[in-house]
Amino acid sequence: MAPGRICFTALMVLGLSIPAQAKTIRVTIDKLDYIPAVAQAKVGDTIEWINKDALAHTATAKNGAWNVMLKPKKNGHIVLKKAGSVDYFCKFHPNMKGRVVVTP
Amino acid sequence: MLAKLSACLATLALLSAPAFAQGNKPTDPQIAHIAYTADKIDIVAAKQALAKSKNKEVRAFAQDMVRDHSEVNKEALALVKKLKVTPQDNPTSRALSKQAAAERKKLAKLHGPAFDKAYVANEIAYHKEVDNALETTLIPSASNAQLKSLLQTGLKIFQGHEQHAEHVAADLK
Repeated sequence: MAPGRICFTALMVLGLSIPAQAKTIRVTIDKLDYIPAVAQAKVGDTIEWINKDALAHTATAKNGAWNVMLKPKKNGHIVLKKAGSVDYFCKFHPNMKGRVVVTP
Repeated sequence: MLAKLSACLATLALLSAPAFAQGNKPTDPQIAHIAYTADKIDIVAAKQALAKSKNKEVRAFAQDMVRDHSEVNKEALALVKKLKVTPQDNPTSRALSKQAAAERKKLAKLHGPAFDKAYVANEIAYHKEVDNALETTLIPSASNAQLKSLLQTGLKIFQGHEQHAEHVAADLK
């Protein structure tokens, strides 16, 4: 067997036996905007909000699933446990809106 | 305070309309003064609410107003210092302050839920008026790009507060 084939087979085996590595998806808050406004993630991933504003914000799920307090110039995060699309907003500035789309 | 400010702004629009209509658009030093005054008015209103209200949600809202508007004014002062602009008093700022004082006097006579409702209603109206003044007059008139950008962010903050106040008003019903 060629070394390339062995390597490929090994990757296939690894891919099947080890779950995909959980990722951290970053959402920046700058001048009252969530960037990106729509974040794509998978179950098990972490969403981290980076608040660049000098104002306090929140990332509050409309369905009540989570509520992250984001102090001025501080970060906050959640680990996504369920698949689905969740709309969220800032409790202090409800005109700030974002969405997290979580796939299994 | 916000309600007061909105009332102020409404009055402001009426009082200052002729000046603006004659092509005397506010200068950057005047705009800086108006923006600072508008913020300060909302802080004073919030402090009145904190002194009078026992409602948890109203108090939390007032605390948010003090925190946000203090921060905005800190940034505004840092910018005018950097730009070497001296904020200049003007009829619009004076009209705002006068209207706010009248509103504060009115609110001082109210207590309990009546005060809470009037304060929050005032906040909604005040923020709407400031939004309008920012959109139609202050932002278009600002010539310095950094001042314009600060006002644009200020508009988003005021719009956010207006929606926040609307949520509080809905909960008070």
